[in-house]
Amino acid sequence: MSKQPTTSGKKQEVETTGHSWDGIEEYNNPLPRWWLWTFYATIVWAVLYTIAYPAWPGIKEATPGLLGWSTRANVAADIAAVEEANAAINERLASVELTAIADDPELNTYAIQAGGAVFRSWCAQCHGSGAAGVQAAGYPNLLDDAWLWGGTIEDIHYTVAHGIRNEDDPDARYSEMPAYGEIFSEEEIVQVVNYVQQMSGQTPNDAAAAEAGAELFEYNCAACHGENGQGDPFQGAPNLTDAIWLYGGDYDTLMTTVTQARFGVMPAMGGAELSEAEIRAVATYVHQLGGGQ
Amino acid sequence: MAILDKHKILETNATLLLIFSFLVVTVGGLVQIVPLFYLENTIEEVDGMRPYTPLELTGRDIYIREGCYVCHSQMVRPMRDEVERYGHYSLAAESMYDHPFQWGSKRTGPDLARVGGRYSDAWHVDHLRDPQSVVPESVMPKYDYLERTLIDGEYVGDLMRTHRFVGVPYTDEMIENAVADFEAQTDPWGDTDGLIERYGENVNVRNFDGAPGISETDALIAYMQMLGTLVDFSTFTPDASR
Ligand code: HEC
Ligand code: HEC
Ligand code: HEC
Repeated sequence: MSKQPTTSGKKQEVETTGHSWDGIEEYNNPLPRWWLWTFYATIVWAVLYTIAYPAWPGIKEATPGLLGWSTRANVAADIAAVEEANAAINERLASVELTAIADDPELNTYAIQAGGAVFRSWCAQCHGSGAAGVQAAGYPNLLDDAWLWGGTIEDIHYTVAHGIRNEDDPDARYSEMPAYGEIFSEEEIVQVVNYVQQMSGQTPNDAAAAEAGAELFEYNCAACHGENGQGDPFQGAPNLTDAIWLYGGDYDTLMTTVTQARFGVMPAMGGAELSEAEIRAVATYVHQLGGGQ
Repeated sequence: MAILDKHKILETNATLLLIFSFLVVTVGGLVQIVPLFYLENTIEEVDGMRPYTPLELTGRDIYIREGCYVCHSQMVRPMRDEVERYGHYSLAAESMYDHPFQWGSKRTGPDLARVGGRYSDAWHVDHLRDPQSVVPESVMPKYDYLERTLIDGEYVGDLMRTHRFVGVPYTDEMIENAVADFEAQTDPWGDTDGLIERYGENVNVRNFDGAPGISETDALIAYMQMLGTLVDFSTFTPDASR
């Protein structure tokens, strides 16, 4: 290869920077005009931006900016706009008779849609995204017509507003099954559990024990679970005769339930959590899922 | 402009270039950061904030150790959808005793800044033991070993001293009673007067995991049930300039 000339015709027109490495020199070309002007424009933009938006620190506070922009004010305005758009219907929802909601098609549709949204963000973690609950873990299925505390719209409304066995709401639904491990002998527990197996339509492990358990049940459990074990919605005592279990109907789980008792807690939603209209909406949603009475 | 032509001096002298670059960055940093320490509209004082109790502080350490922050943020952004899902947007002051803060930006799971009181203790126990048992769709890993690890708060005093060193106002009395307070918070039948006196009425005192002994699950749930509950938002008026 022939040696490249280090100088060209251009060299005479454009100055070099004077740097020279191994004979390679660097032109000091001016920046392209479009580039330079864009650069200046960004500087001007930056200055205008700091005037329009909160920016420059002062002694006590920063300049608020001419546009008066504020994240807090924006979110408050967003929320207010939605609230305002729904104000009329929310007001109606919060003030009509609970039982009248279902008869008003517009209100009913609104409540079910809004209630579905509330359910997905406030209830799904415990009751499942499809409201089928978590069997054997104490989170009841809300789709069926077996209710612990009652399945009318008023009952559901009360349950949601005040919750169950929580510490925050003095009006929360409350009842407490005693732990029979401290009351019964081991043998008596076995007997009563066998009887519960029998009353729920299962074959008891030990038929003789089940028979002995009948009397124990009548004297100890019937006050809450009812004479025939059909449950009592005033005390949230489950029906023991259906095949629907809150904690489980197999022998081992029944032994644990009767020995240690259970204490299912649901938080109250009527404090700062949900508004009255939201509680009614979600109650309506749950009520129409299938089991509402 | 003659001074601009002098840039050659800097460009041809590496040490000078370093010194001057450093000066430029310093000025930029000072202008951006220092005002945040004194401007009234960046410092908001709110009622209700208190240092974490020894048990909560331990739970917070477990939260960090287990990398919960990798999937969970702790900052409700001021946007309508966030406020609807989680509650009132977070205030800077709510992180004032967090060293380091847990704001985060990666949300594989939901934000936890306001998870306190939202679920029952029993739900947290179920969920930590096996998240899929309560939320079948969940991708959160199991933390069942936490409930099997019992802890005694042996080092919680030191932990509090460390936090005091970086600015959390723990008093000598709080540190002296660290272990006692640590134990008292899980014992609803015990003597909790000291704990309440030092940390306030709203401290949750419960056997969080429902099992005997103080486990890491107890501490973690105590921490989570406190999150976002310290400031009473019914009495809070937001100042739009902040
Ligand atoms: C922390 C978990 C949790 C959350 C969140 C929760 N629940 Fe519950 N819910 C429960 C538990 C546990 C029970 C059963 C309590 C018992 O044993 O009596 C229950 C019971 C109910 C019942 C009574 C069922 C019956 O058979 O009588 C209704 C209705 C209900 N929940 C609706 C809701 C709605 C609506 C929401 C959301 C606004 C919600 N729950 C949020 C845990 C939860
Ligand atoms: C003071 C009232 C009360 C008494 C007495 C009582 N129970 Fe209960 N029982 C309840 C309540 C309330 C529940 C639901 C607990 C919960 O929701 O967490 C329950 C739940 C149960 C369950 C769980 C049902 C399921 O669906 O998983 C079984 C089984 C049971 N009781 C059996 C008994 C037996 C057997 C006795 C007598 C030895 C008895 N109970 C005495 C109130 C009572
Ligand atoms: C791999 C990512 C991941 C990690 C790590 C993780 N989580 Fe989660 N978390 C999730 C996801 C996804 C959900 C949503 C589904 C669910 O409720 O399980 C969730 C939900 C939760 C919730 C319920 C929040 C709500 O409002 O519904 C809590 C509380 C929680 N996680 C606590 C923790 C704690 C404490 C740790 C550390 C011990 C942890 N998570 C670690 C992914 C994670």
